[in-house]
Amino acid sequence: MKDKFDCIVVGAGPAGISAALTLVRAGLKTVVIERGEYPGTKNVMGGILYTRPLEELIPEFWKEAPLERHIIEQRVMLVSKDASTSFSYKSKQLDEPPYNSYSIMRATFDRWFASKAESAGAIIINETLVESLIVENDKVIGVRTGRADGELYADLVIDAEGVNSILARDLGLHPEIPEHNVALAVKEILALPREVIEARFNLKAEQGTAIELVGDISAGMMGIGFIYTNKESLSLGIGCLISDLRKSGMQPYDLLDRFKEHPMIQPLIEGAQTKEYSAHLIPEGGYRAIPPLCADGFLVAGDAAGLVNSVHREGSNLAITSGRLAAQTVIEAKKKNDFTCRALSLYKKLLDQSFVMKDLKKYRNFPAIMEKNKHFFTTYPSLLSDSAYEMIKVDGVPKKTKQWKIIKNFIKGRSLWGLVKDGFNLLRAIG
Amino acid sequence: MHIVVCIKQVPDSTQVKIDPVTNTLMRQGVPSIINPYDIFAIEEALRIKDKFGAKITAISMGPPQAKDALKKAVSLGIDEAVLLSDRAFAGADTLATSYCLACGIKALNKENPVDLVICGKQTVDGDTAQVGPGIAVRLGFSQLTYIEKIEKIDFERKEIFVYRHAEKGKQYLKSRLPAVITVLDGINELRYAPLPELFRAARYQVKAWDKKLIEIDENLCGMKGSPTAVKRVFAPTPRQRGEMVSFNERNPEETARALTEKLLINKNG
Ligand SMILES: Cc1cc2nc3c(=O)[nH]c(=O)nc-3n(C[C@H](O)[C@H](O)[C@H](O)COP(=O)(O)OP(=O)(O)OC[C@H]3O[C@@H](n4cnc5c(N)ncnc54)[C@H](O)[C@@H]3O)c2cc1C
Ligand SMILES: Cc1cc2nc3c(=O)[nH]c(=O)nc-3n(C[C@H](O)[C@H](O)[C@H](O)COP(=O)(O)OP(=O)(O)OC[C@H]3O[C@@H](n4cnc5c(N)ncnc54)[C@H](O)[C@@H]3O)c2cc1C
Repeated sequence: MKDKFDCIVVGAGPAGISAALTLVRAGLKTVVIERGEYPGTKNVMGGILYTRPLEELIPEFWKEAPLERHIIEQRVMLVSKDASTSFSYKSKQLDEPPYNSYSIMRATFDRWFASKAESAGAIIINETLVESLIVENDKVIGVRTGRADGELYADLVIDAEGVNSILARDLGLHPEIPEHNVALAVKEILALPREVIEARFNLKAEQGTAIELVGDISAGMMGIGFIYTNKESLSLGIGCLISDLRKSGMQPYDLLDRFKEHPMIQPLIEGAQTKEYSAHLIPEGGYRAIPPLCADGFLVAGDAAGLVNSVHREGSNLAITSGRLAAQTVIEAKKKNDFTCRALSLYKKLLDQSFVMKDLKKYRNFPAIMEKNKHFFTTYPSLLSDSAYEMIKVDGVPKKTKQWKIIKNFIKGRSLWGLVKDGFNLLRAIG
Repeated sequence: MHIVVCIKQVPDSTQVKIDPVTNTLMRQGVPSIINPYDIFAIEEALRIKDKFGAKITAISMGPPQAKDALKKAVSLGIDEAVLLSDRAFAGADTLATSYCLACGIKALNKENPVDLVICGKQTVDGDTAQVGPGIAVRLGFSQLTYIEKIEKIDFERKEIFVYRHAEKGKQYLKSRLPAVITVLDGINELRYAPLPELFRAARYQVKAWDKKLIEIDENLCGMKGSPTAVKRVFAPTPRQRGEMVSFNERNPEETARALTEKLLINKNG
């Protein structure tokens, strides 16, 4: 028999690499299998990396990691057909190291992150697809890859495949993800000279902006757009629920073109050259859609476990933390030489104690409410723009009259009962 | 049987930026790969190994990060990998590159006699197709370029039989070993290596040889040993497509008339 590993990690994304790094540091024999040519090639992320979770693994990582800009401004744009209302938070605090978050390019970042695990002792095997699990007496004992002589054995397998994990599905942990629980995001990297980016977004060198957009850009569907500044490019993308996309009959790239042509967006990207185009799924089911996280000899981390906070557009940080906690669980299991699901339930406990489950639980009602109530993506951004216009326009009408007109508009747009219901739901969604 | 495969690490994209000041390649940020033409050389060596049994060594001259290309070669099934890397080797033109590689191969030859050196047809960045022949001359090996097919190798009699792509058709050649061959693209298709090869590559330490570790004259290496310098690098303007005059078999005079007419119009603008 071939040499056996303590742990096989499937997927070299943030979840998989964090797990591997934690495992090898504890002296466990670990291999990571990645289907891409190298870590990062298959990864699409708009690209905001939050500092804290990674710092716990690699202190002062910012001194060596390939990062783009630290984010000093977070903007939310509510977009109507030809206007937008923005809320922006910008602060000096966000401009003081250690920074809260950075824009990154996954292709370079993941490769660097993987190299850290590799130099700590993990074996990283690229260009190899894990096709299935090897199961014996209901216990996962290894994986089968697409290569000749391709079986590998281990005490434990961590599934960090990302969204739509086939391994966990085949094991019966979750069914095919329902269409209303997954968004399809399309993204472009738009090249612009550094000076142009800094002038357009009012930034100094190394500073960056993150913008989230809601409203007309998603064409009535549940969806969010984003624009992040990199050093010499913008990451721009939009994601919508697959179920909505199907109903609307719209193609994702039509949506992206529409987004880019919006009169409030176009000036921001004027003259930019599209360098890269990609599409990827995002799990949006939230807390209620999280599958069982373990089976005998098997743990699931990151997107594969649906650990994405769609309210705050966070995913990589949940992936990093869950990968680390899965690895800690493996280390404990290894000490006791017990790899049953019961012993692995420690993982769920650790997650529950961390921000991962606490945040997801807080927003557990959000996905369902938003999916059923499209007014948050259609009616409200428009009403808001109309109201702002009404208040700003100087036309001799007293402001008090204007206020009444706005209120009437809201009621006309959504009915009084609808407003009350939406307000209640919104509280419930983010409560 | 010992086969040496020469591989060069090249920038992935054909859109490599060129430094406007120094006229040198700006490789920063461009992902590197094995020169695509050298992949055919690797697979051809693996096929010979499958048939006859052989040890295959990959060699490359380049900066330290060219180790990645060599590791990749090992993951494809290559046995050993050597990187010739030294500041003194940097900035080499084809002359100095061939010299340095020849010195490296001589060192390999001392350890384990080399029967065959396989190169790619050319590189996608330098594009000269001169390095293969340059190595052959310096080693005193036979030289077989633009090979379409290796028909037969007779190790007893030290002979190799190959089909060579020539300007006017195909040549069937017999030559003595040791030889340097450069292979055409498309002569084979790279295999999907079995998993254990990838593990071997992951654990493999590429040998790094600098000027002290091999017999080499520093003055013939790198910038010092390179009589060519790139004066200016620019994107050529694409050639305009030629105009066609169709040939009328029944009436050659008519064709001639149409042709002269076109020529006269062009000449007079
Ligand atoms: C457009 C977009 C924008 C986003 N923006 C942000 C953001 O700004 N901030 C943020 O925090 N999060 C963001 N996210 C979410 C974030 O990308 C994910 O949550 C995160 O990447 C999850 O990490 P992971 O390691 O679980 O999975 P992934 O990053 O998806 O990694 C999985 C890896 O496993 C490999 N793999 C899969 N199956 C197999 C197999 N069978 N065999 C071998 N290898 C396999 C894949 O090739 C991949 O490399 C965004 C996502 C998208 C799509
Ligand atoms: C734009 C540009 C600018 C350059 N500028 C300069 C300059 O200013 N000064 C200067 O001196 N040089 C310069 N060079 C480098 C140099 O001219 C060649 O790239 C180098 O000598 C190899 O020649 P080649 O790439 O044409 O290889 P080819 O002769 O086309 O390669 C044929 C085969 O030889 C083998 N081979 C070639 N190179 C190597 C290697 N390094 N290691 C292992 N095997 C190899 C491979 O099997 C390859 O398939 C420049 C190159 C480029 C592309």
